[in-house]
Amino acid sequence: MSEITSLTLYELIKNIKEKKISSNEATKSFVDRAEKSKKINVYVTENFENCLKLSKEFDDKPNFDLKLPGIPIAVKDLFCTNEVRTTAGSNILNNFVPTYESTVTQNIWNEGGILLGKLNCDEFAMGSSNETSFFGNVQNPIAEDLVPGGSSGGSSAALAANLTPVTIGTDTGGSIRQPASFTGTVGLKPTYGSCSRYGIVAFASSLDQAGPMSKDVKDSSILLEVISSFDKKDSTSIDFQRNNYSSELTRNIKGLKIGIPKEYRVDGMPDEIEKLWKKGIEYAKDCGAEIIDISLPHTSYALPTYYIVAPAEASSNLARYDGVKYGLRSSGKNLIDMYEKTRSEGFGEEVKRRVMIGTYVLSSGYYDAYYLKAQKVRQLIKQDFDQAYNKVDAILTPSTPSSAFKIGEKSNDPVSMYLNDIFTVPVNLAGLPGISIPAGVDKNNYPLGLQIIGKPFDEQTVLNIAYSMEEKINYKNNITDWWMK
Amino acid sequence: MDEIMSKNNSEYLIERNDNVYEVVIGLEVHAQVTSNSKLFSSSSTKFGAEPNTQVSLVDAAFPGMLPVINEFCVKQAIKTGIGLKAKINNKSVFDRKNYFYADLPQGYQISQYKYPIVGEGNVILDMPEGQKQIGIERLHLEQDAGKSIHDIDPSNTLVDLNRSGVALMEIVSKPDLRSPDEVNAYIKKLRSIMRYLGTCDGNMQEGSLRADVNVSVRIKGSTDLGTRCEIKNVNSIKFMQMAIIYEANRQVDLIEEGQEIDQETRLFDTKKNETRSMRSKEDAHDYRYFPDPDLLPLEVTDEFIVKLKSEIPELPDDKKKRFIDEFKVSPYDATILVSDIDTAKYFEEVVAKMGKNSDMKLAVNWITGELFAVLNDKNIEIAQSPISAKNLAKLINLIKNGTISGKIAKTIFELMLDGDIDPQIIVEEKGLKQESDPKALEALIDKIINDNREKAIEYKQGKEKLFGFFVGQAMKASGGKANPQLINEILKKKL
Repeated sequence: MSEITSLTLYELIKNIKEKKISSNEATKSFVDRAEKSKKINVYVTENFENCLKLSKEFDDKPNFDLKLPGIPIAVKDLFCTNEVRTTAGSNILNNFVPTYESTVTQNIWNEGGILLGKLNCDEFAMGSSNETSFFGNVQNPIAEDLVPGGSSGGSSAALAANLTPVTIGTDTGGSIRQPASFTGTVGLKPTYGSCSRYGIVAFASSLDQAGPMSKDVKDSSILLEVISSFDKKDSTSIDFQRNNYSSELTRNIKGLKIGIPKEYRVDGMPDEIEKLWKKGIEYAKDCGAEIIDISLPHTSYALPTYYIVAPAEASSNLARYDGVKYGLRSSGKNLIDMYEKTRSEGFGEEVKRRVMIGTYVLSSGYYDAYYLKAQKVRQLIKQDFDQAYNKVDAILTPSTPSSAFKIGEKSNDPVSMYLNDIFTVPVNLAGLPGISIPAGVDKNNYPLGLQIIGKPFDEQTVLNIAYSMEEKINYKNNITDWWMK
Repeated sequence: MDEIMSKNNSEYLIERNDNVYEVVIGLEVHAQVTSNSKLFSSSSTKFGAEPNTQVSLVDAAFPGMLPVINEFCVKQAIKTGIGLKAKINNKSVFDRKNYFYADLPQGYQISQYKYPIVGEGNVILDMPEGQKQIGIERLHLEQDAGKSIHDIDPSNTLVDLNRSGVALMEIVSKPDLRSPDEVNAYIKKLRSIMRYLGTCDGNMQEGSLRADVNVSVRIKGSTDLGTRCEIKNVNSIKFMQMAIIYEANRQVDLIEEGQEIDQETRLFDTKKNETRSMRSKEDAHDYRYFPDPDLLPLEVTDEFIVKLKSEIPELPDDKKKRFIDEFKVSPYDATILVSDIDTAKYFEEVVAKMGKNSDMKLAVNWITGELFAVLNDKNIEIAQSPISAKNLAKLINLIKNGTISGKIAKTIFELMLDGDIDPQIIVEEKGLKQESDPKALEALIDKIINDNREKAIEYKQGKEKLFGFFVGQAMKASGGKANPQLINEILKKKL
């Protein structure tokens, strides 16, 4: 029953509830397919045996009232999972096995989900191509030697390759939406404070947010409903009334006002992106939305602001990986020597680069010029959105300035790599919800995504617009399973 | 002002050649917040547990672990701020102080940098020459680090994280202190206020109270501040005083030799009684402070503060005033009685039991004299006093109403120690009641004079010294129970 793996989450749940497919059958299908898909390198740690065992247990005593009844799910290896190795894609956590569970994954298991395994990602979520992972590149199922995006590259690839019905990623500057865009899948970054950060290996605390990644919009709404919860263990978690996102999902977006920010027409943007955006505007109109031109004047400052704030926080967040308590420890002559060797061997180049940048911008004498100024600009960027939302209900932009690129193409050019996040980063800086949906292909037939940005806590509107446009766009990935041949 | 200062008993001046220097001291006191759990985790803070048994995932900085503020610690800090008559800030911010050390699991300490929870305040010191006000610059909340132990294993440093994450209040004084005596008074006053509030037990042996001492010197009369040195982590008042004296003299010597003082951090070596350079200003850590993105700014409403104010007990300064007004205790005695909340409590209990019309001075003397001596001797606190306030009150009343003499009272006091025995019972059982019956005493004295006829004659002939001999004989004959006043009167009459 190979087609099990190509079902959407919604379809799989339906089949399981109707007892047409058992949890164990479904799990077996995904495990079998994974065994044939080692080449794309999505798994850092497999949890197949345990998953098969748990799926059997589910089938023996099924509970179909759960939202994810016996659904096997692979997750990004940034979520700490009890008794299952959690590496964050880094050598420094190569041997780290948590004794605790992140709130987001716990929410999934509480609703009947079963852990399939831990998915590859850029080291500490720092990267846009999954090339910074200690555990190697991930292949984009779309075409050989194409990056799957990053940092949630293992997640997007696993999804596009039908290796998991749905997955979760984390998004600090675009790490859910950009890989979704590169793989023809859907990725939602919720409002900051929606999903608990407890138990997620931190990159940049004020920007990190977990979110669903799925084959279609409806699946994201189902998963968001499960993972979004107020959590006292995270002081930045927000206690707001959460919707029943999946049951409130509607294609009726008539009269909604959608803003088109002129500043997102960046220099050197490929023609096909411009065309895609125009097409998106037409689809939105077809769905009954009203299109309004808006301005987000500080957009051009978003990327430099992000590359000060995120490394600053990261430099401090990563200080705990010092070889003293857990993870990798290299031997040294004394404490300082041990620190230097551990962190030199434990961290990859991109992580080191960002730790250095972060340390620099926080150092005395530079703090005001960099970090403090960046925080002020961040407020201006947020204000841009606040003002725009006086006029519109949501904003439509491209997800990325280009389609997926070849492995190795940008790995020696960090700035060009950073430019990938140009449309996604402002959303993190402002703490807003944003979704990327597949909307077309470029000249190589590589997928391209559109991004819908919403008001704070208004994931429902974002999902509804995406849901309506998805129907009009009617995008289908063309996956040839090339890696199996 | 200068004239007054020059008469100052606690003044500390250093004279070199023709120059007179004064020392300027500011303290950063680290006071452990009295709280069952840590500042950002629910781990226990109990002292003396087995190493690494009171450590949560948050305290050990495991990946993905997040701090959650302990509201109780916030209340404690605000209460302390109120006790310091300080401004409570409605909004404060937790920052990360970044540095690497083996006993600092996060690689940063969560502290408050630009926006502390408590702003300016002051404390009043009772110095022999009068009161002196010391300004408080600020009070902020921060995490303690763990403990590195270098002397158990020959080749490894061991780390105990039990203390990691414990809440500290850093109380920063203005540079208003001028002598080791003032530092002593300041620390004691601070400790007293916090013990009254129940916000810090002030136990220096257990490390609940430690201080960084900032010392500079200047020519007396100058208003400019000299270059200061910071002496890190001194954990007893005595060591603080020794460190200040050493450091001030070192600085004066340097100035007299025409040298500059380097602004630096120094350590006090308690064995050699000297301070040593730890790091210079150039080598100072760049802590890269920035607001902790895991924590929102701490906001407290005026209602919250008002409610905490209503829970504040009577503090030492007010209590002292009341003791003077209400019990007519001398200011000197009042200062001693209120310095420790348990002493004040004990005194008030004694007063309540013996009645306000009893002898206050006697009560004060017995507490600060006999009782303190016993407590000192046994090295215990007044809260563990072997004699209850109730029984001490009874003893004082027995003296006051003439049932026993002061001398007998001391004997009874010794006997009371053995299980807090009611002095009335001791008096009855041992027959120690003072003999105040004039007839019985007359008979006793008649017998003594009769037995010592020659001495009586000598006395009458002018050898007045012998009066004491007769008193002694009378006391001896009565087994010490004779009322000494009556003995005196009768003897004078009979001789």
